[in-house]
Amino acid sequence: MLRSGLVGVKRVIDYAVKVRVRPDGKGVIKENVQHSMNPFDEIALEEAVRLKEKKLLQQVIALSIGTAKSQEVLRTALAKGADKAILVEVDNETAERIEPLHVAKIMQHVVSNEAIDVVLVGKQAIDDDSCQTGQLLSGLLDWPIATFVSNIQQADGNMFNITREIDGGLEMLTMKCPMIVTADLRLNEPRYATLPNIMKAKKKPLQKLKLSDLGIDFSYQTQILQVSEPPKRKAGTFVEDVQSLIMKLKESGLVMSK
Amino acid sequence: MLSARPVFRFVSQITAIRRSDIRFASTLVIAEHDDTKLNSITLNTITAASKLGDVSVLVAGANAKKIAEQVTKVEHVKRVLVAQDEKLKAQLPELLTNVVLASQNQFKFNAIVAGASAFGRSLIPRVAAKLDVSPLSDVIEIHSEDTFSRPMYAGNAISKVKSTAPIKMITFRSTAFPPAKLEGGSGAAEDGISSSYHILTPSSDLSFDKVKFVGQELTKSSRPELNSAKVVVSGGRGVGSAENFKIIYDLADKLNAGVGASRAAVDAGYVPNDMQVGQTGKIVAPELYIAIGISGAIQHIAGMKDSKVIVAINKDADAPIFQVVFISHPLLLK
Repeated sequence: MLRSGLVGVKRVIDYAVKVRVRPDGKGVIKENVQHSMNPFDEIALEEAVRLKEKKLLQQVIALSIGTAKSQEVLRTALAKGADKAILVEVDNETAERIEPLHVAKIMQHVVSNEAIDVVLVGKQAIDDDSCQTGQLLSGLLDWPIATFVSNIQQADGNMFNITREIDGGLEMLTMKCPMIVTADLRLNEPRYATLPNIMKAKKKPLQKLKLSDLGIDFSYQTQILQVSEPPKRKAGTFVEDVQSLIMKLKESGLVMSK
Repeated sequence: MLSARPVFRFVSQITAIRRSDIRFASTLVIAEHDDTKLNSITLNTITAASKLGDVSVLVAGANAKKIAEQVTKVEHVKRVLVAQDEKLKAQLPELLTNVVLASQNQFKFNAIVAGASAFGRSLIPRVAAKLDVSPLSDVIEIHSEDTFSRPMYAGNAISKVKSTAPIKMITFRSTAFPPAKLEGGSGAAEDGISSSYHILTPSSDLSFDKVKFVGQELTKSSRPELNSAKVVVSGGRGVGSAENFKIIYDLADKLNAGVGASRAAVDAGYVPNDMQVGQTGKIVAPELYIAIGISGAIQHIAGMKDSKVIVAINKDADAPIFQVVFISHPLLLK
């Protein structure tokens, strides 16, 4: 059996919220906006819990890096089946500036302190859309990585058969633990946390760490100069029937007349 | 003492095509290909890279030399590095990382870039970590050699960032840059690659064996590639069934269009995953995008809102898709 699975969970603005850019151009409005666990991280967590339920994994550790509010997503993770949680708590300003490379270095630190055999993260966070953390961690640890994973099956001992989503279809790999997996949408359907499990999650351990405890180089390499709205599109028109739609497209030269 | 790990030697070749025109800044483009032909996203990436400095292209694979010959003819390309080895056939990021690092050690590029595809997104950050660099994903605009714009929040915010990283490691959004021309580049004017090959990179470590490539299941289609199609017809949940998607294919064939889908259509099993357009699927920006039976969730809009003209066909006149369209037709789909 594999030892621990480490799952990275990020607190982000809820996927259904239409974000608004701050008038001062320094970011987006986050106050009084619904936040939740990054959807891809929910999938990564679900997969870790399923591996544990199949007795392939001893325990699941959920890790989040963020302000004190990130405790909410860690409690959700515990309610969904994580055994313990670690919060690396940072202040608001640091949370705004933190780069995926820093997150990967923090995860590397946790990996070196806990007996981790598999790291699962979402393929990307829906706020910064970077799609980097798992890959960066794979470089730091020199572990194999499968990105955009849609299926994980144990092959033999610590070998796993992995299916990835690539641009033209699917790709199959076999990988040896310790390994890193980034979860795609199709990997599984995450469960809901039930009320009894939410209550039980309150008693599960949640460890807090400070950046200063970790001894990580935290110099920034990316400076956000300005955040702006994307260009607005001109309002469109409705057409009455299919003929006038085709006429209009032909007029604009987008569809050739035959 | 020699290392116990086998160090695999591969042939790496270089051709300097126009030595007179070498600027200080240099950029390495990692070519994406399927071992028989160059992927068109590499051409968009070369255009973006040419704004940063002299363009070198690394072609790694089992048939890299063949691909490299195509690359030498592409405009902006100053030199081509070739890493050919059977082990590089699947172009796994674990092995490619070592090839890129070997190239970087030798040539000291100012930037290492790739297209923001599944391939580029998997590779660039792994290399970046080895170089202790923070990468930039999905760049859509280059303001200067260190200042770039990239979308966040499913394209609802554009972030202008300055990178102080010693080496810029970037993936470029293909639809934001025109493709470099396949012919008439500076490479074609010279004798071509075959006469000017010489080995420069002696070796790279290809011994990483904790991952094995098993195979691929590619979606076969005679239609234009989704990312580069001039016209895209997409279907959503409203199409109703996998059988009904035939209507979408028929229309696409009349228009010589690529076919896309919303997540709902993929989840319902109407079409395979690789047809998904959106924040987490493919980003397209065709001349004409026709959305049929698609409500227009934030996540779908993120993948197509830069299309020149968007047509929506939807029976729900309040569907959010109508907020971004140019022409729309409320049509009952049954």
